[in-house]
This record gives sequence, C-alpha cells and structure tokens, in this order.
Amino acid sequence: MSNALLEVRNLKKYFNTSAGLLHAVDDVSFSLQAGSTLGIVGESGCGKSTLGSTVLFLNEPTGGEILFHGDDITKMKKREFHRIRPRMQMIFQDPYSSLNGRMSVHQLIAEPLIVNKICHSKQEISQRVAQMMDTVGLASRLANAYPHELDGGRRQRIGIARALILEPEFVVCDEPVSALDVSIQAQILNLLMDLQDSMHLTYLFITHDLSVVRHISQEIMVMYLGQCMEKAPADELFTNPMHPYTQALLAAIPVPSADSRHKRRELLQGEVSSPVNPKPGCRFAARCPHVSAECCSGSIPLTEVKPGHFVSCLHCR
Amino acid sequence: MNPVLEVKNLSVIYKTDMETVYAVNDISFSLEKGKTLGLVGETGAGKTTTALSILGLLPERTGQITSGRIVFEDAVLNELSRRELERIRGHRISMIFQDPMTALNPVLTVGDQIAEALELHNEEHLNKWAIEKKVEETLEMVGIPKERKNEYPHQFSGGMRQRVVIAIALVCNPGLLIADEPTTALDVTIQAQILTMICDLQRKYGTSVIMITHDLGVVAETCDQVAIVYAGEIVEYGSLLDIFGGGSHHPYTEGLFGSIPSLTGHAKRLQPIEGLLPDPTDLPAGCKFSPRCKYCTQLCRQKQPPIREQNGHQIRCHYTPDSRTITADAGTARKEDLE
Ligand SMILES: Nc1ncnc2c1ncn2[C@@H]1O[C@H](COP(=O)(O)OP(=O)(O)OP(=O)(O)O)[C@@H](O)[C@H]1O
Ligand SMILES: Nc1ncnc2c1ncn2[C@@H]1O[C@H](COP(=O)(O)OP(=O)(O)O)[C@@H](O)[C@H]1O
Ligand code: SF4
Ligand SMILES: [Mg+2]
Ligand SMILES: [Mg+2]
Repeated sequence: MSNALLEVRNLKKYFNTSAGLLHAVDDVSFSLQAGSTLGIVGESGCGKSTLGSTVLFLNEPTGGEILFHGDDITKMKKREFHRIRPRMQMIFQDPYSSLNGRMSVHQLIAEPLIVNKICHSKQEISQRVAQMMDTVGLASRLANAYPHELDGGRRQRIGIARALILEPEFVVCDEPVSALDVSIQAQILNLLMDLQDSMHLTYLFITHDLSVVRHISQEIMVMYLGQCMEKAPADELFTNPMHPYTQALLAAIPVPSADSRHKRRELLQGEVSSPVNPKPGCRFAARCPHVSAECCSGSIPLTEVKPGHFVSCLHCR
Repeated sequence: MNPVLEVKNLSVIYKTDMETVYAVNDISFSLEKGKTLGLVGETGAGKTTTALSILGLLPERTGQITSGRIVFEDAVLNELSRRELERIRGHRISMIFQDPMTALNPVLTVGDQIAEALELHNEEHLNKWAIEKKVEETLEMVGIPKERKNEYPHQFSGGMRQRVVIAIALVCNPGLLIADEPTTALDVTIQAQILTMICDLQRKYGTSVIMITHDLGVVAETCDQVAIVYAGEIVEYGSLLDIFGGGSHHPYTEGLFGSIPSLTGHAKRLQPIEGLLPDPTDLPAGCKFSPRCKYCTQLCRQKQPPIREQNGHQIRCHYTPDSRTITADAGTARKEDLE
C-alpha cells in the first residue's frame, strides 16, 4: 500500500535488563491510512506503550522501519526529522504527570508552539491558544488556572490541546481515557472522534479496554508479549475472533446486561509469562487451550486468513 | 429472613480546619445472607467511605458518622467500642481493597500472613501444625501452589497478590465480605479469574458480599441487588433486573449507561453526562444531580427529591420518565461547559 500515511515494518524494541534481553516489541508490522484509527489492545506489559513511543521515535527501535509518507524516519538526518516531528504527536494516559505543574493552562498549550518555533508573535500565540482551548472544550476563563486546580477530564483536554496545537497528521493516543470516570471518558471519546473528523487525524489508539477500542477503531490489533496475535477490522474481530487469545480476551469482558449473572465461561488459566528471553514458538503457548508440540518450535507467521484478517496461530487456517 | 447487614440513614463527613466534606448523605440499604449487593458510582461518590464506616475504619481525626445505624447480625456496629469492633473485623467481616499491596505486609511471607489472620481469631484452637495445614489449603483454594507459601508479596504478580488478599479475607469464613474495587487494577483475564473465585467461595460458604465497583459489567456478573451512588446518595436501588432491564431509571443511571461504548452494537455516538461531579464541600441544594441533569426544573434545584418506590425498585427523582421533559434551562454545569 503506497498511499499509507504510516507504514511500520518488522518493528522491534528490546531492552537490556539485569534478567536478560526483554522483548518489549518483537517484529510488529502494520500500515495506517490517513484519517483512520488502528486500535492496539492487550494486557498490561504486552508492549503497547513501547510500540507507541517507538513508532514516534521517542525510543530508538532495535530493528525495523517506520515509513511516514513513504520516508523511513529511522534513517533520517536529524534536521529532516525535526521538520516532521510536529506532524507526529502523542496524548498520554495521565496528563497530570506529563504536565508541568508550575505552568498555567495557557502556557502549557502555548509551549509546543514556542519550543518548535512555529509562532513568533505573542499575539499570534494567544490567538491560536484561545482557538485551541475552544476546540477542545476548555472554557476561556480557565486560561490562567493551573493543572492541579482542574479535574482529570479537563487535564486530559489540556493534553489533547498540547498535542493538537501543532496540527499533527498522526497522533498516538496512549490510554487517553483509562484514568477517567465513565461519564467523563465518554465526553473525551466524543471529543477525540470529532477532532479526528474536523482535523483529518490518524490515530494509533492504545487501550486495554475492549469496548473503547471497538468504539473508536476501524481496525484492531491484539498484542501478547510484544507480538501481534491477530489484526482485523473492528467488527470482524469482535464477531469472528480466531486467535485463541483474542477469544479468551473477549470472553473475559464483563458485559453490563441483565443476563450476565453467574454466566459460566471458559477461563484463561495462568498469567502472562516473562518477556525476557522468550522461548521459541508461539508466545501464547503456555496458556493456550489448543497448544500442540508444533506451536512450541518454530516462529509462527502472521497469516492473512481472510481479506484484511490476520492471525498468528497454527491452528487457525 | 433477617438481613445480615442493615445500614440505616447513614451520613458521614470528613471535617478538617479548612472544610467539611459531605461524603455520605443519608444512605440506607440492607443485605441478606449469601447475597451480593453492588455499590456502583464514579470516583468520589462515597463508596469507600460507606465501606470504611461499616468496618469502623474511618480516619479518626477527620472522619465522623453524623447520623445513622449500622446493624450487623446482632450488633450495632457504630455503637461498639474499638476493641469489640476489632474482634468482628477480619473475623466476621473482611475487606478486600483495590490495591493489594496496601493490605499486605512486604516483609512477611504470604504463608505467614495467612497464618497470622488465622491465629488472630483462632476460635477452633488450632495448633501450629493445623494452622500450617490450613494455610496450604487456603493457598490452593485461591489457586496458588502451596510450595510458594514462603515467598514475599513482591515476588508475586498483581493478580496473585490479590488472590493472597482474598485468601486472608476468607480464611476465617466471615459472614460479610466487603470488596472495594477488587479487580480494578487487574487485567480482564485475571479479573475474570478473581471474580469467578469470589463467587465460587461465596456460594460455598454462604458469605454475603458488598461489591464496590465503577464497572457496570462487573456488577451485572456478580450482584443480586444494585445501588447506584451519586454524590453520597443512593439515587437508584433495585434488583439486577430492575437496574439492567428496560424499565424506568434515574437520569444519572441513564447517563452512565449512555456513556459506556457498546460491545455488540455499531459505533453510535456516546451520550455522556455533561459537566462534573459536584464539589462535596458545597453540594447543590435540592437534587444533587440537578446541575448535570437535562430534565432539571426549578423544583429540582430547590427541593430534595423523594424516593419513589415500586416493588422494591427505588428512584430518587421528582419525576418519572413520563412526567419529565428535557428542559431548556437545564443544569448550570451544562451551560458552564459550553461557555
Ligand atoms: N525503559 C524500559 N526498560 C526496560 N524494560 C521496559 C522499559 N519500558 C518498558 N519495559 C518493559 O517492556 C514491556 C512492555 O511494556 P509497555 O509499557 O510497553 O507495556 P504496556 O502494554 O503499555 O502495558 P500497560 O498496559 O501496563 O501500560 C514490559 O515488560 C515492561 O516492563
Ligand atoms: N480522608 C479523607 N479526608 C477528607 N475527605 C475525604 C477522605 N476520604 C475521602 N474523602 C472525600 O469523601 C468523598 C467520598 O470519597 P470516597 O468514599 O473515597 O468515594 P469513592 O470510594 O466512591 O470513590 C470524596 O469527595 C472524597 O474526596
Ligand atoms: S430530581 Fe430533577 S434534577 Fe434530580 S434527577 Fe430528577 S429530574 Fe433530574
Ligand atoms: Mg502502557
Ligand atoms: Mg473508593
């Protein structure tokens, strides 16, 4: 696909730890069309945030390519990279810890403009900040407030404003609503979807919440121990999950409806194993109900079993 | 049947030099033997405060029960001395907290911690050997191999720590278990394991459970009765079917359901509740939900709504779905947001 906004090929990010080499992201590939959303789901520690920050080159990848409009940013010269940096931004889970508490709302939203030397006149900055505050639903009377005076929802609006004031094309949203109460979460999800339409944004949306990921994504990738287990269009993944891990994940979601009481289900046994020096074969083998000897030997390729539906499992062909 | 627990008109404040937080405002509910009551609400609704009041664990300096009675089996808990309460706590009433690390002692092995709970309330006069045996049984009951009893909490994952906490909470076979967001910090596959385990043990021992959560899915899977809590009040109360069925609901309950993305349907736009939770030091007069309610009227802003009850299904609102209309001058929080 040549017209992809972003194409990630065989991306790897390993960390050296005292216990050995930690495979946080291990050979992940995907491509993203402009204006669409790819959701990344998986349990804690499966490498979602590492994937997000590596795609933005906040972490240097151990291997692989990241093509932004066809150019590999891992091979770019510094100057060239700095030119495209503003076009790729990130929204974090807890805006509080990523916001400087001594800066006012206005200063926080203006900062990216100043750091990236995008605006020079005070007047232009003020105007753009005021406009952005309006866009993300922050009342203008809050311009001089400090983050600690605001609730989580408003702090997240600041985080969104900071990411969007540079008018990026691509935004990694790392659990942007996970710390929020449901009624506030819904406000922020609506805002993110409206902004995607009006600013033609492309999202990599990271979350562990399966109902959120279905709601916001066109396509979903399920990760387990640094690898992609399954990738499919959102509705297809939910109606026809093929990988045993995806099936277990979907079965584990508590459903808010009257007939859920005492629902019996197949429980996934055990817990996620260590990402340090992983064994060859399928990463999910230790917990998989369908595991066979074959699963534990060679590497398992991600195979397209239906148009657009990719599965990494020997028993789903 | 006599309820195991009855909370009547409970009000709790936190009072400091600076301000008074009205955390729980006139909450009443009762819980029957072997049943599960869900307390659902967003952060700051007063769920944990309610639990701490039952256990007599409110912070001593600031927390204060200003009215109400808490009756557990044959005892009025809020009239007991600290020593009497301590005897009930951990023995006849247990609690599981959201963060298992706060409940575990980092310098004791998990086996020793379970043994400690047993020794503290050793009514069967078990000897050392019998206690050791019971510790091993308990660990296996929560799915941890008994060989791991000599390990420390930090050697366990979050899910395993929560299992240990549950083991400690249940080892004395309490009549009442209060679980405060027991799975909020866990992954869904581990959450499913833990919830299934709590329900299985509850059925086996006939334990009554208060399940505190903000997750309507967790409620649907575990509870018999549900109380929706907002700003320290129960705004709706009923059976699982009352709350999750298609009948009439409190506007806040409707807002909560409108806020959760659907797992089955197509991506509709979410219908969030506008505005924010009210300031608990300065609660609105009249209906506490009125600043955010799209049906709010003059009456709502002035007068505390009554509880309407139909076959045990209670809703605290001036109106029914038939008698209310979306009002132009609705809640102040809504306008402030648009400003
Ligand atoms: N800087 C680092 N050094 C060493 N290991 C790291 C580093 N950052 C992440 N890891 C490890 O990489 C793995 C993936 O972590 P990551 O934070 O990407 O997971 P995640 O899917 O975002 O989890 P969560 O849902 O908990 O946010 C984990 O095992 C983590 O401990
Ligand atoms: N120790 C405390 N001192 C002062 N205020 C408190 C304290 N604990 C809780 N509160 C306040 O009481 C209200 C209810 O809190 P809590 O019972 O923890 O709610 P929930 O468990 O539903 O999130 C909140 O406004 C909270 O800020
Ligand atoms: S009493 Fe009025 S403001 Fe309160 S929930 Fe009912 S309609 Fe809304
Ligand atoms: Mg993360
Ligand atoms: Mg709480």
